Amino acid sequence: MSGQEMIGANPSVNSKWNLRRQTLAIIVISVLLLAAMTVSGFLIENEKLSVNLEARNSSPSLDHLFGTDWLGRDMLARTLKGLTLSFGVGLLTAFLSTIIALFLSLLSSWNKKIDHGVTWLIDLFISMPHVVTLLLISFAIGGGFKGVVTGIALTHWPSLTRLLRAEVMKVKTEQYIGVSRQLGKSRWWIACNHYLPHLMPQIMVGFILLFPHTILHEAAITFLGFGLSPEQPAIGIILSESMRYLSTGMWWLAFFPGLSLVIMVGIFDLLGNSIRKLIDPFHGQR
Amino acid sequence: MKLQQKEEPLPDLLEKDQPLLEVKDLSLSFRQYREGLRETDLQVISKLDITLYKKEIVAVVGASGSGKSLLASAILGLLPENAFLRGTINFKGKPLSPERQEHLRGEEISLIPQSVSALDPLMKTGKQVQAVIKGKNKKAVQQEIFDKVGLPSKTSNSYPFELSGGMVRRVLAATSLASSADLIIADEPTPGLDPFALKETVNYIKQLAENGKGVIFITHDIETALKIADKVAVFYAGQTVEIAKVENFCGSGENLRHPYTKALWNALPQNGFVPLPGSQPLLSEVAEGCIFHPRCPVKTDLCKKKQPESKSKNGEMVRCFYA
Amino acid sequence: MLKVNGISYRYQNNGPWVFRNFRLAVQPGEIVGLCGYNGAGKTTLAKIIAGYLKPHEGEILVDEQPVSSFTGIRPVQLVWQHPEKSINPKWKMKKVLEETTDLDEELLSLLGIKSEWLDRWPSELSGGELQRFCLARTLGKHTKYLIADEMTTMLDAVTQAQIWHALLELAKQRNIGILAISHNQHLLQKISDRTVSIA
Repeated sequence: MSGQEMIGANPSVNSKWNLRRQTLAIIVISVLLLAAMTVSGFLIENEKLSVNLEARNSSPSLDHLFGTDWLGRDMLARTLKGLTLSFGVGLLTAFLSTIIALFLSLLSSWNKKIDHGVTWLIDLFISMPHVVTLLLISFAIGGGFKGVVTGIALTHWPSLTRLLRAEVMKVKTEQYIGVSRQLGKSRWWIACNHYLPHLMPQIMVGFILLFPHTILHEAAITFLGFGLSPEQPAIGIILSESMRYLSTGMWWLAFFPGLSLVIMVGIFDLLGNSIRKLIDPFHGQR
Repeated sequence: MKLQQKEEPLPDLLEKDQPLLEVKDLSLSFRQYREGLRETDLQVISKLDITLYKKEIVAVVGASGSGKSLLASAILGLLPENAFLRGTINFKGKPLSPERQEHLRGEEISLIPQSVSALDPLMKTGKQVQAVIKGKNKKAVQQEIFDKVGLPSKTSNSYPFELSGGMVRRVLAATSLASSADLIIADEPTPGLDPFALKETVNYIKQLAENGKGVIFITHDIETALKIADKVAVFYAGQTVEIAKVENFCGSGENLRHPYTKALWNALPQNGFVPLPGSQPLLSEVAEGCIFHPRCPVKTDLCKKKQPESKSKNGEMVRCFYA
Repeated sequence: MLKVNGISYRYQNNGPWVFRNFRLAVQPGEIVGLCGYNGAGKTTLAKIIAGYLKPHEGEILVDEQPVSSFTGIRPVQLVWQHPEKSINPKWKMKKVLEETTDLDEELLSLLGIKSEWLDRWPSELSGGELQRFCLARTLGKHTKYLIADEMTTMLDAVTQAQIWHALLELAKQRNIGILAISHNQHLLQKISDRTVSIA
């Protein structure tokens, strides 16, 4: 037919690098990098960490890429070990926080009174300075691995809970919830089958984005001396120990471990945001 | 209205010849992700035609999924990013490009909102109507329009929540009347209205047409369409199957030409309540032949093999071999 | 028998009554049409009768038992006006039907539900198709009464006729009582045994 014309452009369909594939590639690369960091930390034998006084205080070289410390320990090996430990602590605490957030948000769907209680709890925890609460809890429990994990898990749930609770409140007013109740379904059944699918995307993204927070906070309180014990090769320990040697010009002691930590946190952030892009309804079909 | 005459210096006769809006052979598809990573095109509209003149109301009638609301979005340029449009949309004789849509939207093409909640709750109604009036003397023009739709002059100092549902509908009418738009698209403005409220809405939309505007009235409810429109365009599975004058909807539908239009007419509770079996397919589900053939009571072998072309006469149109 | 025993309702305590002392009885197998103007409280009434809301005065009885005393699948079910709002968008259609435990194949074919629709998401079906699912899920064997609140108002005439024909056939088979709420007088006249109005 004459006068046939195109309205709007049609970007090539089935192109090899559509946005979804790009995002997926970023996710895969991030996961691989994180896996490489963690696995290499596991593979490093303890003798790599042993004291070697002949090679102490050497600046970065081909033998010791990140240099060595005042006892001649290889900083690359220490950093990788530290990152693995950070990853473990981050995984555990982010997981625990997410569970708490999920439990509380589903609880708030029960009735108005419980919802008020949950909201009050969220406000209480958000109004207190994060690190202070964290320190108090960790200190009260007696520090160490247990103290850090409990402290971080108990302080990182509020913002995610607030997000999930809002979603629960929105779904609660939907007609299909009422229909489900008329069909004789229990609150528990409705929570698992109606609410959970709506919360899943938020939970996944929230979980991944909690990682950088928990890892940094673990490093922070360990650095301040309230966290993991000094024998453990945590990044926070490495950084706080290196403070004493920085003035003598041994910059590599703090620079490489710190940079590695920032990179790891950055990758988690990228991963979380990529996953969000993939499941967000507003970006999903682009 | 004075304002419009200034913008439209053409004499009436000339205007009558040129359609306000002309949609020809429009097709629309969505780019979608299927099974994870593969992108495919999902065709939702093909061979859609509709023509609208000034002072005319054309009702677009069809089941949900027939593409009638997508047509509104296409004209207004409000389709999502993954939509891909082909064909012709001419507004006042010139193609409607995305840039032109952006420019004309709200100025010369406007949408009647579905619900009464579309008014700003924190603004006095008089001010809201004045906001769409161009030129000087806004207050006087607004007063004149309020008179026309039967709103007492003190209403202009009221907030929307102080008015009844009927009054709010009249304020919406006044807003459309006051705007300089020549083409008005009403997307399902009437579902769930009782007969009284329905009559009020129908009257105000008719008033818009009397004031020289062209109206596309989108609805699934053929009864309302017949009360309001001059012509009815029937959509089925993304195609226009018939455009018929309102007078032809009478008796047992013997003046209607397409079997689907007849089925719609005879399915009304007051006309026999006859349910045509089957359901509207997706465009992609009917590989060849007429889109309606799986449900058609008068189909032949020809209908299964070949797509019928549209036949137009006197502003009416039908897409069927046997009409 | 479904008995609405003088119910009254208002949105706030001390607010104006939406309706007072409303009485109605629906026999098994009977189809009663209810019409009323916008804002007359038709939907509120439907929600109360189906047990979504509690009335301030009066009670709803099913076979002389208060409707609130039933557990499990309730004997009075409600079909809403907008099917896309009463189906969880995160569920496949198969799961929508599985929410009711006592469905049979015959019901699905009577309502014209095609098996290929079961694997689709709600957004991939039209309003008429979704409404068939909403109807199917409320028509388990336990259902004795159905409240159809503007059930076909959002649908085209052909689909409206299809759905009502199927429902009327089913009501006859199973002796289900129906309260059809609509502003469409023609429809109510066609389907109901008698009509009442809410002032």
